[in-house]
Amino acid sequence: MSRKRTEIPALAACCLFFLLPPMSAMAADVSLHGFVQGNYSLNTAEDNPDGKDFKWSEERAQLRLEAAADAFSLFIKGDAFHDNIDKHSIMELREGYADYTSEKWDARVGRQVITWGVGDLLFINDVFPKDFAAFFSGRPMEYLKKGTDGAKLGFYPGFANFEFIAIPYFEPNTYPDPNKFWMFDPMPGISNRETQDPYKDFHKAEAALRVYRDVAGYDASLYYYRGFSRQPSIMPDNPLVPTKLTYFYPELSEYGASVQGRALDGVLSLEAGYYDSRQDRHGIDPMIPNSQTRYLIGYQRQLWEDFTLGLQYYGEYMQDYSAYVQNLPSGFPQEKRLHQLTSIRLTQFMIHQTLRLSFFAFYGLSDRDYMLNPEVKYNITDSVWIALGGNIFGGDKPFNQFGQFAKNDNIYTQIRYEF
Amino acid sequence: MNRIYVFVLLLLLPLNALAITADEAMKKSQAAFLYPGADFKARVMMKLISKGGQERVREMMMLRKNFGQPGGEQKYFMYFFQPADVRNMTFMVYKYPGKDADRWLFVPAINMVRRIAAQDKRSSFVGSDFTYEDISGRNLEDDTHAVVKDEKIGDRDCTVIKSTPKAAEMEYSYKLSWIDKTTFLPMKEEYYDKKGELYRVFSADEIKDVKGHPTITKRSMKNLLSGHMTEVSFLKAEYNVGIEDSLFTERYLKQPPKRWIE
Repeated sequence: MSRKRTEIPALAACCLFFLLPPMSAMAADVSLHGFVQGNYSLNTAEDNPDGKDFKWSEERAQLRLEAAADAFSLFIKGDAFHDNIDKHSIMELREGYADYTSEKWDARVGRQVITWGVGDLLFINDVFPKDFAAFFSGRPMEYLKKGTDGAKLGFYPGFANFEFIAIPYFEPNTYPDPNKFWMFDPMPGISNRETQDPYKDFHKAEAALRVYRDVAGYDASLYYYRGFSRQPSIMPDNPLVPTKLTYFYPELSEYGASVQGRALDGVLSLEAGYYDSRQDRHGIDPMIPNSQTRYLIGYQRQLWEDFTLGLQYYGEYMQDYSAYVQNLPSGFPQEKRLHQLTSIRLTQFMIHQTLRLSFFAFYGLSDRDYMLNPEVKYNITDSVWIALGGNIFGGDKPFNQFGQFAKNDNIYTQIRYEF
Repeated sequence: MNRIYVFVLLLLLPLNALAITADEAMKKSQAAFLYPGADFKARVMMKLISKGGQERVREMMMLRKNFGQPGGEQKYFMYFFQPADVRNMTFMVYKYPGKDADRWLFVPAINMVRRIAAQDKRSSFVGSDFTYEDISGRNLEDDTHAVVKDEKIGDRDCTVIKSTPKAAEMEYSYKLSWIDKTTFLPMKEEYYDKKGELYRVFSADEIKDVKGHPTITKRSMKNLLSGHMTEVSFLKAEYNVGIEDSLFTERYLKQPPKRWIE
């Protein structure tokens, strides 16, 4: 999977280099930046399932190359790292794209990070690939977002703005590795497992559209997506006596909206989306998530100088709940019709904003489970910073969203020299 | 009859003239300091200097456009060059007279535009000794202004004006401004705390004529309590450069046009 992922864009990037010789000839504006960093995350509750002490341990270097000439520009962000746990070194293309910009429209082709929606670590209309393993193991926040291999077309006719995304190759979310993370597994006895990828079929391309504009001082957006769930579902070969499990990505469409603006002496965010589970529209297939309505309310306010409070309330309402309950195999944990989650974020800057103390927490109202993430980040100089933090998980039940991670508490450090 | 009116008016004139002068001087100063030209562009170099002499640098491109009369709405677009961890970040402010500003921040590492809460205008701008209000101006109606005296700063004749905040919860009790009688630029400002002690000093250190507009191209703000100070230089300052309205949108916040970023 990872090999395939690097091949195509790397090839595309090479092609771009050859397609754009006029750029170098026209004395393009070129810049090179990047960083070197160490990133280590140590278990504090228990060793990994494979017996190791670290959730993450690596040294990494990143180079960002930007070249621009006239209406064209090229951007390449590549990482090389040495993984101390698996004892190997890998290069990865984080982003690599070409831009064309004109007054009324623009295009971006290649691997790119796309972020939609107004949630803080809660994603409704951000249907683009994410790396939750990075998020839970104390890596810098930017590693939560994975690049999307595709094309973005933007149109700006004035009355509204349009962003159209076409994604020919599916990229799933990355979830924690069962060798590193203790997690709930509904069928632990079955080790014969395979993954079915939709991304080899070109006609299974994904499409997404965002339309946005200002509405009475609020930033308003409408969203549409047609593609696949990035979270795999499990299909057993035999529902009664399964011997083999196939992971697959069910068809999904999504329709949503968001608004964000100034209200109540702070910033108010509202977002909602309808998840149309196209392969299980009546909710009778227990292996495929039912259709859902998701929504969130967020509020952010500066309470005193350099201190900001952020609060969120999030809900997932399952459609066709009775069909779900009727068809759920015995022994499987039953989800609630309404899954509710809250979050809080506290951020205090100190010493001329070179020291940041932050605390982020999820608390599940439905499941009474939680994730806590305190962090201290200090910019030692203008080019060197260090962060120390922790991820603490817990909950009533071993199958809840965060409760299942209870044995994965970790403390982490990130130290980076940036140039 | 008319003669009596004239006489009465003449009697009142000095008093009125004084009262008007403080407000008008501040109004003219605001126009000269923050609103000259239709738009403005400068590469801003900020040096944050600690008491011990340690320096940190914040460097950005600042683009500003007026929408209406001096004292009216303005939009700001900022692109950060330094420090390295905020490089390529952009920041946008819609400033409105008499109400809270709208602020947006673009974080390039995750390609995300976010609104940020912006209630406290007295908050530090990027960790410097300048507040948001020092950068984009304070609403003149929020203070009462009075002429204190005339005084020279160097060879410049200045009117010294005392501005007292109407709101009680301000961190300073009053501010003295030395307004140049010719250019109306503030040459010096002193902030006094609740006990009446001086704790914060602004000074205009270099003034250049840019396209006919006298412009403070070097300024500093010193905090006397912490010993920390911030020096700001404007490089490549330019007025009336033709910034389009469309620059101040999410589209360009995410992809700042190369021609404005130099």
